[in-house]
Amino acid sequence: MIGIEHYVAVSAILFVLGVLGIFLNRKNVIVILMAIELILLSVNLNFVAFSAFLHDLVGQIFAMFVLTVAAGEAAIGLAILVIYFRGRGTIAVDDVNRMKG
Amino acid sequence: MIQAFAFYLFTAIMLFSAVSVIFARNPVHSVLWLILAFFNAAGLMVLVGAEFIAMLLVIVYVGAVAVLFLFVVMMLDIDFSEMRAGFIKNAPLGLLIAVVLLVELGMGLGVWHAGALQLGVANGASATPESLSNTAAIGALLYTRYLFLFEAAGIILLVAMIGAIVLTHRQRSDTRGQNVGRQVARRPDEATVNVKPAVGQGVTL
Repeated sequence: MIGIEHYVAVSAILFVLGVLGIFLNRKNVIVILMAIELILLSVNLNFVAFSAFLHDLVGQIFAMFVLTVAAGEAAIGLAILVIYFRGRGTIAVDDVNRMKG
Repeated sequence: MIQAFAFYLFTAIMLFSAVSVIFARNPVHSVLWLILAFFNAAGLMVLVGAEFIAMLLVIVYVGAVAVLFLFVVMMLDIDFSEMRAGFIKNAPLGLLIAVVLLVELGMGLGVWHAGALQLGVANGASATPESLSNTAAIGALLYTRYLFLFEAAGIILLVAMIGAIVLTHRQRSDTRGQNVGRQVARRPDEATVNVKPAVGQGVTL
């Protein structure tokens, strides 16, 4: 029977895949943003699984807020990406030094 | 039985497409694999009875976020083969960190499995009511106890929208737009002049 540990294991694997994606695609911001979406998806999966197995709806409501923040983050991130590309003609993360950080 | 089969099917497809998101050579393929991963995650959520979040995932992620990614990937003209230059160089460190992270998470799961950890118990204040559907129960909770948080989420979305518009909007100086106010304010007597030149002399403009 499928229990909570199955869901936790799946979302742990998904989380690790997201982290791995950030490390492997160090230059490509678009894939990094997609990897962040994968991480947030695994977090949501965890929230929903615990919410269902503990019979408590708060987890699903929190997952909704995570979804909201993820949507806002994607919109702002892609907007920054577009204006950066407009100014520099590339999106390689290695060359980002405009703010001397 | 059928539930276990569906779980393993959704899980396998989701993890495979997550791997493909990371390793795809073309970011357009990455976005399409991401969409498949979201669909299967929604399926996993339906399996535990969270239909509302599952539908929200399909609508918000697949309908909005993934399409936004697709637009941006296709709009920007980028040489993606050059982007993969550091792929092999970064692989050992990334794999090391991933393995360490996975072992840590697996240890947490193992500790719980051995009985050393107790899951928290819900106090029943927001328990799922038996009579209501999942959507109705979430609505009943969201519009009462979590109303202000819900409105804060709306404000976050509004700020994100304004921010994205402000960031990408630009005043272009190389194009000439129509200035309606100037057109309307223009009078015939200051725009035209009536001259009667002598024969053979022409006019100066």
